Amino acid sequence: MNLPNTDEIIDDLEFLDNWEQRYQYIIDLGKALPGLPESQHKEEYLVRGCQSNVWLISEEKDDKLLLHVDSDAVIVQGLLTLVMAAYHDKTPEQILAFDIDNYFAQLDLENHITPTRGNGLRAIVGKVQQLAKHSQA
Amino acid sequence: MNLNVAQIREQFPILHREVNGKPLVYLDNAATTQKPQAVIDALTDYYTQCNANVHRGAHYLSDEATRRYEAARKTVADYIHANRQEEVIWTSGTTEGINRVANGVAQRLKAGDEVLVTEMEHHANLVTWQQACKRSGASLKVVPINEDGSLNIEQFHSLLSDNTVFVSMPHISNALGTINPVKELTAAAKAKDALVMIDGAQGVAHGAIDVQDIGCDFYAFSGHKLFGPTGIGVLWGSYEVLQDWPVWLVGGEMIATVSYQDATWGELPNRLEAGTPNIAGAIGLAAAIDWLQQFDAADILAHEQALLAKATKLAEQTDGLTIVGHADNKIGVLSFILDGAHPADIGFLLDKQGIAIRTGDHCAQPLMKRLKVPGTARASFTIYNTLDEVDKLFEGINKARLMLA
Ligand SMILES: Cc1ncc(COP(=O)(O)O)c(C=O)c1O
Repeated sequence: MNLPNTDEIIDDLEFLDNWEQRYQYIIDLGKALPGLPESQHKEEYLVRGCQSNVWLISEEKDDKLLLHVDSDAVIVQGLLTLVMAAYHDKTPEQILAFDIDNYFAQLDLENHITPTRGNGLRAIVGKVQQLAKHSQA
Repeated sequence: MNLNVAQIREQFPILHREVNGKPLVYLDNAATTQKPQAVIDALTDYYTQCNANVHRGAHYLSDEATRRYEAARKTVADYIHANRQEEVIWTSGTTEGINRVANGVAQRLKAGDEVLVTEMEHHANLVTWQQACKRSGASLKVVPINEDGSLNIEQFHSLLSDNTVFVSMPHISNALGTINPVKELTAAAKAKDALVMIDGAQGVAHGAIDVQDIGCDFYAFSGHKLFGPTGIGVLWGSYEVLQDWPVWLVGGEMIATVSYQDATWGELPNRLEAGTPNIAGAIGLAAAIDWLQQFDAADILAHEQALLAKATKLAEQTDGLTIVGHADNKIGVLSFILDGAHPADIGFLLDKQGIAIRTGDHCAQPLMKRLKVPGTARASFTIYNTLDEVDKLFEGINKARLMLA
């Protein structure tokens, strides 16, 4: 799939100065996320700790983690795209070395990634980091 | 007389703050209400002037704290028309009140007994009874709702049986706003010799309660939904039923005599109130009730109905919006879904505009499943909301709709 990378996203968002534009951008990213077929919306792939449903499937290929994610809320799909830009198709070492807090700070969307927001971003970041540690071991 | 809403708003400091750079439009009142200055002052005054433990100190402050604390009990008793003030048991909230009763009932339930609840329960009034039944082998009967979100009264009557030992139902549904005919249903249950509990978490927020008129055995509510502090609630029970109700928490304050090997229980209300209570909370709740009672109940009702009527009308004019819960007799709540938008997306985009609503399952997962929705967006109204805020809500919803389209 054709995902923007983290630098592109940071650049794009920097240009947009009101919240409407910024979230329209997130919504559009969300709509472009390929998602998962309905048949893959399984209990076992659900990530706990989200207000809307978030599913995550991962596989390892050539030392890299491939991630497939989906949500039933489009803004969460957009936020997931931000996470995919950082983590999809990366080695466990790259994933663990990536400074996700700094990345989100640069996106200036912090109030979405506090644990209490309940949109599951924290949960998904934690889950991916855990997967990376696991496959490193 | 009309309510002077502008003057009421003046008394709620939080309503003057901004959220996300916009003036706060607070429409999450079914979750919790904001607090008027009178309540905030009562808490501050208690801690600055009077703090002491109650019922035990041999000193001036303890006497004064006890007096204020027991006066608060009297205020609540009068407000809900209790027979005697000993019938008012302080709890931490509705959830604790229901748990106390369910725990007591569970000790008496046996296989073959039936407990009746409804499809519109908040988890607090469902999981409690479901677990009490599991522990005792009793069975849980669930009264269905009609398509419009009202309770199916016929089914209520046909599910009531000679085996029904307990009926627990919400006065008003938090997810749908439906007002249940609790007096009529209580009478039917009492005719079968069942005990009746009303989950009054929402009921208490929309008008004066008369527990004797309802005729129930228990009525539970939370202070925080009635402009009072969090962490304080009330379990009202009739004296006859409460006087030998199984004690739950044991320890200080609730005993009459104690030896190393045995203890005897004190009188009501103490026997059901172990430990140092939430003194400030009780005093704060009484301040909230005093504050509320300066207004005419009919004026409050008329104002809330006007808010809901306007919201309903605008909702019906909004493309792709479906109202969830259309009962004729409803108050306070507009629950809805929008085509092609997840409730979480709507809540998020409204929040960005300074508008606070609740989204999700409203602690009623089985109800959401029954209604075949993933959850709803819910705006809930109270005394300090304005018709202008209803307009802002719909401007916000329309903006969200365009962004998500
Ligand atoms: C109908 C109903 N019952 C019970 C509760 C639980 O109240 P609390 O969380 O204050 O104990 C609520 C609160 O949302 C409610 O709306």
